[in-house]
Amino acid sequence: MPGQGFTGHNGRMDQAPPLLELAGATVRFGADAALDNVDFRMLPGEVHSLIGENGAGKSTLIKAITGALPLDAGVLTLEGEVRHFASPHDAQLAGISTVYQEIELLPNLSVAENIYLGREPRRFGGVDARAMRRDARAVLSELGLDIDPASILGTHALAVQQLVAIARAISTEVKVLVLDEPTSSLDLDEVAELFRVIRELKQRGVAILFVSHFLDQVYEICDRLTVLRDGKLVGEFRTDELLRIDLVHKMLGHEAAEIRGRQREPAAQADVQALVSARGVTVGTGIVDADVDLVEGEVLGVAGLLGSGRTELARAIGGIDQLQAGVIRIEQKDRHLGSPAQAMSIGIVYSSENRRTEGIVSELSVQENITLALQAQKGFFRRIKPARQRELAASWVEALGIRPPDLDRRAGTLSGGNQQKLMLARLLALAPRLLVLDEPTRGIDVGAKADIQNLVGELADNGLSVMFISAELEEVLRVGDRVAILRDGRVVETRSSADVTVDSVLALVARPDESESEGEA
Amino acid sequence: MTTMEIAPPERAAKNPGLQTFLGRHASLMPTFAALAILILLFVGAQIYFGNFISARNISALLLDNAYLLILAVGMTFVIVTGGIDLSVGSVMAFTGILLAKMLGTGIPAVVAVPTILVGGAVIGLLIGVLVQYFNVQPFIASLAGLFLARGLAYVVSLSSIKVEDTSLLWLQSTRLKVGDWYITPTGIIALLVVVVGALVMQFTRFGRTIYAIGGSESSAHLMGLNVARTKVMVYVISGVCAGLAGLVLTAYTGAGYPRNGIGTELDAIAAVVIGGTLLTGGRGYVLGSMIGVFVYGSITTVISFMGAEQSWTRIIVGSLLLLFIVVQRAIVARSERRR
Repeated sequence: MPGQGFTGHNGRMDQAPPLLELAGATVRFGADAALDNVDFRMLPGEVHSLIGENGAGKSTLIKAITGALPLDAGVLTLEGEVRHFASPHDAQLAGISTVYQEIELLPNLSVAENIYLGREPRRFGGVDARAMRRDARAVLSELGLDIDPASILGTHALAVQQLVAIARAISTEVKVLVLDEPTSSLDLDEVAELFRVIRELKQRGVAILFVSHFLDQVYEICDRLTVLRDGKLVGEFRTDELLRIDLVHKMLGHEAAEIRGRQREPAAQADVQALVSARGVTVGTGIVDADVDLVEGEVLGVAGLLGSGRTELARAIGGIDQLQAGVIRIEQKDRHLGSPAQAMSIGIVYSSENRRTEGIVSELSVQENITLALQAQKGFFRRIKPARQRELAASWVEALGIRPPDLDRRAGTLSGGNQQKLMLARLLALAPRLLVLDEPTRGIDVGAKADIQNLVGELADNGLSVMFISAELEEVLRVGDRVAILRDGRVVETRSSADVTVDSVLALVARPDESESEGEA
Repeated sequence: MTTMEIAPPERAAKNPGLQTFLGRHASLMPTFAALAILILLFVGAQIYFGNFISARNISALLLDNAYLLILAVGMTFVIVTGGIDLSVGSVMAFTGILLAKMLGTGIPAVVAVPTILVGGAVIGLLIGVLVQYFNVQPFIASLAGLFLARGLAYVVSLSSIKVEDTSLLWLQSTRLKVGDWYITPTGIIALLVVVVGALVMQFTRFGRTIYAIGGSESSAHLMGLNVARTKVMVYVISGVCAGLAGLVLTAYTGAGYPRNGIGTELDAIAAVVIGGTLLTGGRGYVLGSMIGVFVYGSITTVISFMGAEQSWTRIIVGSLLLLFIVVQRAIVARSERRR
């Protein structure tokens, strides 16, 4: 039996044969490789973490392990045997269970059914509900969960549902347990309970993949971690040998590129009036008590890890999500931003990080995409004349360098960078005063990236204020006049870009290693 | 700074028994509401007319609505998966007229009846395959089934065909009496369908898979449940029920008629929804649908007692439907908020 007598922390891990191994794993979506020749392994009885920013390939790798996506190249080995999983169910039968972030359970059925459906105890050709409830109670008590197994799942809190999903996973012969962001809906007590369960499973020799953007938790529970960036393997490390700041470094990458920085006159800012001043912005637990100030013609960079609240902040300022607390003042006037349309009417526009789903309309032409928001703002009965539309679209295509410069092309066929420019063109056509850009350069090629960075600079020079969010710190510092640093849903600091370096921001983003002892009761 | 005194939200109240019951059967609430309305209808009509709650009247309720009850059971299977079957009224007409025609040409009932049931099953299978394997919206797929079956009914005969076959007429004319209460074999068939339907839905893996699909198809798939087969099967079951309803209706009216059941699919859907089944799937009970059918039938009876125009049935059923959909929406919204 592999894993017997094996102890997580002081054992010689590297000598145990891996329970699960991926060699040269590659998954392509069209021309892009979401996972590019990645090697990955999990040892029996270890807790392993997968670390990376959005789009680093984490979820693709998980899907490859759990049979949700086929590998385009590479081999998956489980207990020394090469395996191909046709479906998640297939992988589950082989001993790989997954608890998904969006809990993949049935809210309308009972807790017991959610644990056993598909392999429920039978009696007289039917489901033996009593035996099922009894077994469910046993599994639930293993997790320290005292709930009625016959109760309907949907009536319980999300945290309980999460534990039920884990109960389902461990009620089978589980060898590899994948937990995808399992703690995002749990409170401290519940996290502690989950960790107790994880340690117990570890003792049984189960390999656990713990994926979380909470680095504290990763450091608390994980033995080793694998870092991915842009679909490529950065490396595999022992948690106790890798400083947190080094980890963040590896996650975010470090382009050797020289930081140009925009040349601006700091004195000029003193007499420009504040355009936006937000105080105590709170939306759920995503962003708490955040203060943001922006003057005319200023670029505010926003730095923070995934889950730090950077998107929540952008959505709140952009009028997408309602504030639960706090005020947003535009030119000293309190403004209630009830909807994106209302925000637009006072000159605030927001560009989502999800280009394809919340950005361009891929079925419409380039021209239609550009004039869409403007037409909506004018009202649909005051139609912009076709000739005027064409002229307008052509001027934006020209100004932003959208390639190919074909107004009738379907937007969906453009490259990512050009789609991003198209989104910008649409928003700029509204003549906004504040542009909120959430990861405008994610997943686009280097040339388009530089174009967008330069464009933001030019716009700011012409008096437009920009909130610029990016996972890449270099970029944030290069583009932003000042930088707001977010961590765990709070604005930790706001500084002038000239006063900070990538390393000093990294340290703030990652949280210093010393302050970890809090939270232990 | 971080303390561990985070108390769990106290929502367990004084009555643990009631709490357990609600935790287990929250989705029964709309069905209870339907039951309450049914009782209200009966009591109100009794007070108003004085002779409404009688053995004769209630026996007639089952007899008159047996075909609708059978359709509603099949429809419940489909709606709980989150689908819809618009074909059942036409399939009932088609199988009914086919039955009358076959019996008229001397084919014995033991051959004719299984034939029409298979006919219903085949149309259901067609719809199910369209929905599952060709990814056609259930609304559209069953609309195609509706037109197909209606057309086939006209192909069989353009006019009414009277049934002379004694075994078929026996289904309707036999009255098993206990005092003033009576039940016909058609009523027994309908009740059997209800019982079998309820047992299958509640206690078999197939039945639980139906609920699972309605709850979340992708989750059901991830759990390794046989989603494809189940989704096809519910349409087959609905088709068979429609065939059976064709048999019962033909026995009830003593004739097959190709124009029967125009709009009956909507009556069945209304009864199912009034009975507490969620149109979006995942929640609902066969017994609830039976209550829904009785609510529907009682309204019809009350209207005829009053001597009013039957179009009032439609107006009242329409209003009830609206009310129930709003109530369901509120219940779903509430349970989503609690999460």
